[in-house]
Amino acid sequence: MQISTRRLDKTAILDISGDIDLAHSTEVRRMVLFEFRQNRTPRVILNLHDVNYIDSSGVASLVEGLKAARDVGSRLILYGLSPIAHEVLQLSKLLKIFEIYDTEDMALEA
Amino acid sequence: MRLAEEMGFAAEQCRGLTRAVDEALANIIRHAYDGRPGQPIELLCRRLQDRAHGKQRGGLEILIVDHGAAADRKSLCGRSLDDVRPGGLGVHFIKEAVDVMQYTSRARTNQLRLVKYLPATKLGAKTVKGE
Repeated sequence: MQISTRRLDKTAILDISGDIDLAHSTEVRRMVLFEFRQNRTPRVILNLHDVNYIDSSGVASLVEGLKAARDVGSRLILYGLSPIAHEVLQLSKLLKIFEIYDTEDMALEA
Repeated sequence: MRLAEEMGFAAEQCRGLTRAVDEALANIIRHAYDGRPGQPIELLCRRLQDRAHGKQRGGLEILIVDHGAAADRKSLCGRSLDDVRPGGLGVHFIKEAVDVMQYTSRARTNQLRLVKYLPATKLGAKTVKGE
């Protein structure tokens, strides 16, 4: 898995590629929590376009990120979900909990 | 999961079975072996063929065996998804994917048995490919 950060004004965009699984979910969690708790970034967008697979530990990282965002009054937005990632969030009944958009433009305009 | 595909499970069911095995292995690594590398995990898959009440049904049985700490029975029940919080989703993913989930633990040998059945067919009925 690879993860890199772009910054646009008060937004951080985390581009993630590969699998968010047991071996890598802690890194996603660490970076997302850092944005909210240390940087106090008002809006963090996760680009999941190149994510092939998310397991339950990956979903847990996203939920922790969402809770951290809410704790500091920020927003966590997801976009570019693959059908498999979409299926996992649907199984977890989390599709309505997250802000999810199809494209980066839509996420930035939200 | 190639075997599941060959047996005729739908793509969504194959993804579910792959997810179930992945989650089960992750649970063993995290909890039974406490993250220690190099510990043994046995994975056995076999085709099932049950006959009852004039019908037969095929299925896939997956046995996952480890020799670590036994799982807490409460953790195998899963949790309500109405409670939005991290953790506890793995068991839910497994249960969603299979028809049978059985866990046994004896003498430091833990076994998770998962079974997914194909739709039952009447005995003697011919299956036409594509139907």
